[in-house]
Amino acid sequence: MDVKNMLAVAAAGALVSGCAATAAETETATVSTSSASKSASKIAFPSTYKAYPSEKTVITGVTIFDGEGQRIDNGVVIMSAGKILSVGGPETAVPTDSIVIDGTGKFVTPGIIDVHSHLGDYPTPSVAAHSDGNEATSPVTPEVWAEHSVWPQDPGFSRALANGGITALQILPGSANLFGGRAVTLKNVPARTVQAMKFPNAPYGMKMACGENPKRVYGNRNRKPATRMGSLALTRQTWVNAQDYRKKRKGAKPPKRNLAMDTLAGVLDGDILVHNHCYRADELNQIIDMSKEFGYKVTAFHHAVESYKIADILAKEGICSAIWADWWGFKMEAYDAIPENAALLQQAGACVIIHSDDENQIQRLNQEASKALADGRAMGIEISDAQAIQWITYNPAKAMGIADQTGSLKPGKMADLVLWNDNPLSVYARPEKVWIDGAMLFDANDPARRPVSDFELGQPGEGDVK
Amino acid sequence: MKRLATLFLSSIALAVAPAAAETVAITGGKLVVGDGSAPVEGGTVILRNGRVVAAGSNIAIPANARRIDAAGKWVTPGIFAGFSRVGLVEVGAVRATNDTRAADSVFSAALDVQYAVNPFAAPVAVNRAAGVTRAVVSPSTGKSIFGGYGAIVDLGQDSNPITQARAFQFVELGETGHRRAGGSRAAAHILFRAMLNEARTYARNPALFDSDMMKASDAKALLPVLNGKTRLLVHANSANDILKVIELRKDFPALKLVLVGANEGWRVANSIAASKIPVLASALSDLPYSFEDLSATQSNIGRMKKAGVQVAIGMINDRDAHQLRYSMQYAGNLVALNNVPRATGLSWDEAFAAISSKPAEIMGMGGKLGSLKAGRQGDVVIWTGDPLELSTQVERVFIDGVEQSLSNRQQRLRDRYRTPQPGNLPKAYDR
Repeated sequence: MDVKNMLAVAAAGALVSGCAATAAETETATVSTSSASKSASKIAFPSTYKAYPSEKTVITGVTIFDGEGQRIDNGVVIMSAGKILSVGGPETAVPTDSIVIDGTGKFVTPGIIDVHSHLGDYPTPSVAAHSDGNEATSPVTPEVWAEHSVWPQDPGFSRALANGGITALQILPGSANLFGGRAVTLKNVPARTVQAMKFPNAPYGMKMACGENPKRVYGNRNRKPATRMGSLALTRQTWVNAQDYRKKRKGAKPPKRNLAMDTLAGVLDGDILVHNHCYRADELNQIIDMSKEFGYKVTAFHHAVESYKIADILAKEGICSAIWADWWGFKMEAYDAIPENAALLQQAGACVIIHSDDENQIQRLNQEASKALADGRAMGIEISDAQAIQWITYNPAKAMGIADQTGSLKPGKMADLVLWNDNPLSVYARPEKVWIDGAMLFDANDPARRPVSDFELGQPGEGDVK
Repeated sequence: MKRLATLFLSSIALAVAPAAAETVAITGGKLVVGDGSAPVEGGTVILRNGRVVAAGSNIAIPANARRIDAAGKWVTPGIFAGFSRVGLVEVGAVRATNDTRAADSVFSAALDVQYAVNPFAAPVAVNRAAGVTRAVVSPSTGKSIFGGYGAIVDLGQDSNPITQARAFQFVELGETGHRRAGGSRAAAHILFRAMLNEARTYARNPALFDSDMMKASDAKALLPVLNGKTRLLVHANSANDILKVIELRKDFPALKLVLVGANEGWRVANSIAASKIPVLASALSDLPYSFEDLSATQSNIGRMKKAGVQVAIGMINDRDAHQLRYSMQYAGNLVALNNVPRATGLSWDEAFAAISSKPAEIMGMGGKLGSLKAGRQGDVVIWTGDPLELSTQVERVFIDGVEQSLSNRQQRLRDRYRTPQPGNLPKAYDR
């Protein structure tokens, strides 16, 4: 099989991550009062992201996919002060004090969002010195935070912006471990520090994993888990410990602060969102029962190539499936993957997210959504173009806990959006302009609006179209 | 839907009794010959005895032909995957089903994929259903820089996948070559030269061949490479590594070289063009995945083409055992570049040729495969629309003039779980 893929599977494992804390670090470092236990993580490593300057801008005559399943033809989008001001049809009044962009023949979507990325923690060049995604020294590492591995100079961020229209993404630890650690949600804005990329007020995620990867990594070292039952046992025992810690933390003599337990208690408090790498239908169901045993919720199953087999259960439980369009066959638990997974889930009323888990496919999540849509239509499932766009905008935003701020073109939300030169579901479409909080950070027509990471500066191909 | 149900039933029938090559007339479709020429509206393709006998406008239809109305459809040659490992892998991480790399073998150049290609592997059926009909199948390298012999295969449902065995030898002369040779590019190049020289020694007297360095079988295998009878596919990505490959001809003038990967090819495109070495290039590599890919860009193929390089799309190490079906998407992306300022793409006609006639020509099989010109093997795909577009589906596939089953286990799983809940019996009874 493909060497790169093999390496990726072996090294990264297949990826998911995250431990979500709570709407942590705001620019003013506001500390929530809901739980004293939260405060420590809330003020740690606060976001220093600030929107770049923006101008009041109107796009007219454009086809709009609003991210929540609606399409507007010949529409108008107005952004002001970094926010969406209004979105409507041709009757929408166009203010006179703004830059006007003729969007005739073009399309607007919300900024594309990837719920599953390893940019920064498995950056390119993918040399051993850059391998920072799996703390594969213990199967239980909820204490590690992906943001402490992210290299902001990963050239992959700029490709995701320019070719994929990615405006926000969740960076997860890898899937070697049952508890991989906390994930971090970033604005896809080049920065000197990770803190300057951190999405303000985004909850933390926590990455968990089941299946082949943990048992392969640790079983090969003759350690637990070497089996799926070993994985479940160790995961459950860890939750028992977390329940105990959480209880004591609320008591008169709180225990010494424990970073791993802080994260797990945050999950049990409902502040940190669980992103669980898991492939097979039977295992997804085991994880659901485990979550009920310990009283937490799985926000999204990642990869979930067999979700279609239990689409009804996932719909009932309200758990998203973050999936590829068509990856399959690279390992045993990916053998039953089918390209209609997304459409079958959508048909059952379950939440669908198309994710990348890949520094290349993050550059064309729109195309991956389009393939999944086409395969669904070919089997007679009716899904609109606008609904497919929701798979890569609003739905991932929801699973990352930021849907109140971005992910759809609603007035008051962040002006994170992409102007495409064609229907983004066409293979012939590319982003023409990308705005993040109203700031134009990519313009295909302007070489000065194309970010070049430090790594690429002074190298052959610097500033090329890529 | 109804059409699909019919197709599905007919594909079952085909699976039971594969049709013999018949005379077929596919009429009324938008015809793509695949040679880089523009599509023809309302074209006709005639297949007889497994070959294309005519394709174009105003073609007389033989009286005995089975007619297939392709009005509103696109009709093209089957997709030719310019570099793959299809048929060598069932499940990537299940070692016993993965025949790409013989890491523990005592042999290298003598290894021959023709004994490993499995026409019944699920990836063959899945990619056939997506419109891929032929492929270059290459081994990976084990301990040596040489991986062994690759083949040209078809993706037909019959039991003989080999179109041409020993179609080429594969060698690594970039970062992987550095590693295989013991830790430097210098080691890779001296090993390359030494092994070819041993082949020369072997040729002088096979019976007396006795080498400290290599097996007689490997020396023998390199002979046709040395004398230019067999192509040598060289994987190299960096601009400098590519230049060093071009220079090999100073020492070995007969080598029939083909570059594979060539992520930085655009930087030395004029040198490649002057050398007349063709390239099976990765289409969408645009990241510095390693230091040999620093200037990778999706414009690579377009720029090389513009410089006069003979280039086709290959997909080395890019899900090359399972996802040959990405070929169309990749070609479409190169067309998309035409609307990106400062980027260089391919025209639609060139892009389609890059996944049909161009790889066939580069592998020396342009007279037999890769297009719908008269005399070519009858590999034809009927599509619902533009084959490079993501919304397009495959309707029918012919290989060597035989209509193929499009059934595969992905489709069977899809149909079983069309509704996820079991009925009166468990899902295991839904077939």
